[in-house]
Amino acid sequence: MTKTADVLAFERNVTKALDDGQLRRNLRSAMTTLSQRRRALFADVEAFEKLRTQGQSIRRRALSRLPELLEQLEARCTANGIQVHWAETTAEANAICLDIIRRHGAQRVIKGKSMVSEEMHLNHFLEEQGIEALETDLGEYIIQLDGETPSHIIVPAIHKNKDQIAHLFHDRIPDAPYTEVVEELNAIARQELREKFRAGEVGVSGVNFAVAETGTLCLVENEGNGRMCTTAPPVHIALMGLEKVVEKLQDVPPLLRLLTGSATGQPITTYFNMITAPRRPGELDGPREVHLVILDNGRSSIYGDPERRATLQCIRCGACLNHCPIYTRLGGHAYGHVYPGPIGSILTPQLEGLDEAGVMASASTFCGACEEVCPVKIPFTEILRMLRNEAYARGESEHDVKGHGYRYTTVEALSWKSWALYNTSPGLARIGSQILGKLGQHLPMIGPLKEWTRTRIPPPFAPKSLHQLAQERGLDDDR
Amino acid sequence: MNDPFPAPIPRPGKVYYFGTCVIDACFPQAGLAGVELLQREGVQVIFPQAQSCCGQPAHNSGFPDEARRVARHQLKAFARDYPIVVPSGSCAGMLKHQYPHLFAHEPDIEEVQRFSSRIYELSEFMVKVLQVRLEDRGEPIKVTWHSSCHALREMAIIPYAKTLLGQLKQVELVELQNERECCGFGGTFSVKQPAISAAMADDKVNDIVQTGAARVLSTDCGCLLNISGTLGYRQLSIPTQHLAEFILERTQ
Ligand code: SF4
Repeated sequence: MTKTADVLAFERNVTKALDDGQLRRNLRSAMTTLSQRRRALFADVEAFEKLRTQGQSIRRRALSRLPELLEQLEARCTANGIQVHWAETTAEANAICLDIIRRHGAQRVIKGKSMVSEEMHLNHFLEEQGIEALETDLGEYIIQLDGETPSHIIVPAIHKNKDQIAHLFHDRIPDAPYTEVVEELNAIARQELREKFRAGEVGVSGVNFAVAETGTLCLVENEGNGRMCTTAPPVHIALMGLEKVVEKLQDVPPLLRLLTGSATGQPITTYFNMITAPRRPGELDGPREVHLVILDNGRSSIYGDPERRATLQCIRCGACLNHCPIYTRLGGHAYGHVYPGPIGSILTPQLEGLDEAGVMASASTFCGACEEVCPVKIPFTEILRMLRNEAYARGESEHDVKGHGYRYTTVEALSWKSWALYNTSPGLARIGSQILGKLGQHLPMIGPLKEWTRTRIPPPFAPKSLHQLAQERGLDDDR
Repeated sequence: MNDPFPAPIPRPGKVYYFGTCVIDACFPQAGLAGVELLQREGVQVIFPQAQSCCGQPAHNSGFPDEARRVARHQLKAFARDYPIVVPSGSCAGMLKHQYPHLFAHEPDIEEVQRFSSRIYELSEFMVKVLQVRLEDRGEPIKVTWHSSCHALREMAIIPYAKTLLGQLKQVELVELQNERECCGFGGTFSVKQPAISAAMADDKVNDIVQTGAARVLSTDCGCLLNISGTLGYRQLSIPTQHLAEFILERTQ
């Protein structure tokens, strides 16, 4: 059967990831720790279910009034002195950032963690324009040092262990001594980052929640680097996907609790920043300009379809990654796109098109572990099935996902048609199962059987089917 | 004493039995064991010969029309309003929870909903409806348990299966370290993503080996096909068995 380009690329990545024993050990140990912490924090299952239902309804309520809330957010932010920009594509968002940076004649941008900036490939874009973008989140800093992209949406360097980081620091940071002591590694990074904060002319951050009622941008972090990036430089650019808006300030505490608890098992993070305005006359610090860039990049088309909309409920906690048996074995890079794991598998094909990333929807056994932990109850398996359907839907498709029908082949369509015929024609099935029973272990190892027997012995086809045995026993056939 | 699992329906005289396609082709003895366990409780078991597959392979692989075609065939084969007992959490989940999704925008959705409301997984039916009490006649044995994901999450029937297992006094259950983790079967996933599937199955087998159990039990033959296939490939001789077959063997 012919394989599409996305499938082939994914297969290569999978082989590489699975062969990397170190990676698998690193992931397994990190994921076990994260999921244990989460379980400990949400030990009261009933209370957690209540909170989760609340989180889901807050996000649904916000999405049900999305256009209105975005307008309100823009109006409130503008009234507060925050300049709001709309970007339909990542190229537009990049251009907006560049324009702001150029206007201030800046050469150096310091960045807090932002997945939207990854979606924009902002660092790469700025670099091409001769502007240096320095990551200040410790994990982001580590992978930037190694020329990598994040492998996890919350813990970007989760694929690396302490020893690998020790070597990396020693190799890439001038004069850094070799040490495996965590405190010393932290001290080295802190020293380096301090220099960066001093040099930053523009600060870039993400947004965890944007409150429409008050025009407040909320930023959740643990290291204080987010606060530095949003307060030390004279200009702050906040980047958000348009789904990040919530209605009221009151909506934030439950979501925050769900976010930090699901992500790292923390009841709250060390820092929680609420940004409402640039520096006001008489204030001693804070940026003089705050810009908010609101990115669409395919989100409004997701919003437009009631069955796809739940994808936008996500608060980017990463719990679905931490609990996914597939993510846990591959890590994020193998997915080949910015957002990995279950959320990546439902979001990316919708943002970038099935022809680009449709294979991600096939990276699931439908085990449901993601659904069980998602703090806003996203129905992953339903959305994944919808995407798989779309991948084969030629012509007009029900949900009109970009690139739909890309995986259709006459051969596969025919084989499912035959499968349906076989399973709706008792006579045919009877003959089929007799042949299967007779041939049993002598079937040729081709097609699915070939894949199956790469790592397994063949299925033990029985000489007589249950249908036959039931008949022999005289079980009532209901006719 | 309060009954932890109150009966949802009165004890029926007759039930339908949906054998599942994996059991039909590979594990008919497990299917028959389920039939005998029901008959032993005085329930008449009807096995419509027209039955085939629940349709899950197509439903999960992007072919909803074909899935619906096969599903409608089961609707016809199980037309009377007897309860339908299924010796698999995964197929029961498809029939009970996925059919209403699959037919959400179809004219026959109400018929489908009525059909789905009659679905019971075998151990759920034995515990909740039949209130079965088992007497263990077997030798002492150490077993481990594999929870299929759909039995665990979609159907939530693991408590019933473990209740039955707990009634077997000579059986020591050693739980897996990662009991809640998928074995990597996933139906067509196992052949569409064979490398990932194999890595997951390998880890599951390692977990099984470390328990020191003499047998692996489950409610789902799809998972057992994957697990026993991998055990066999690695030349490990730990037998796998469907719960129904194990119970029947020990209580005769
Ligand atoms: S989909 Fe749910 S679990 Fe996954 S990152 Fe988003 S909110 Fe968290």
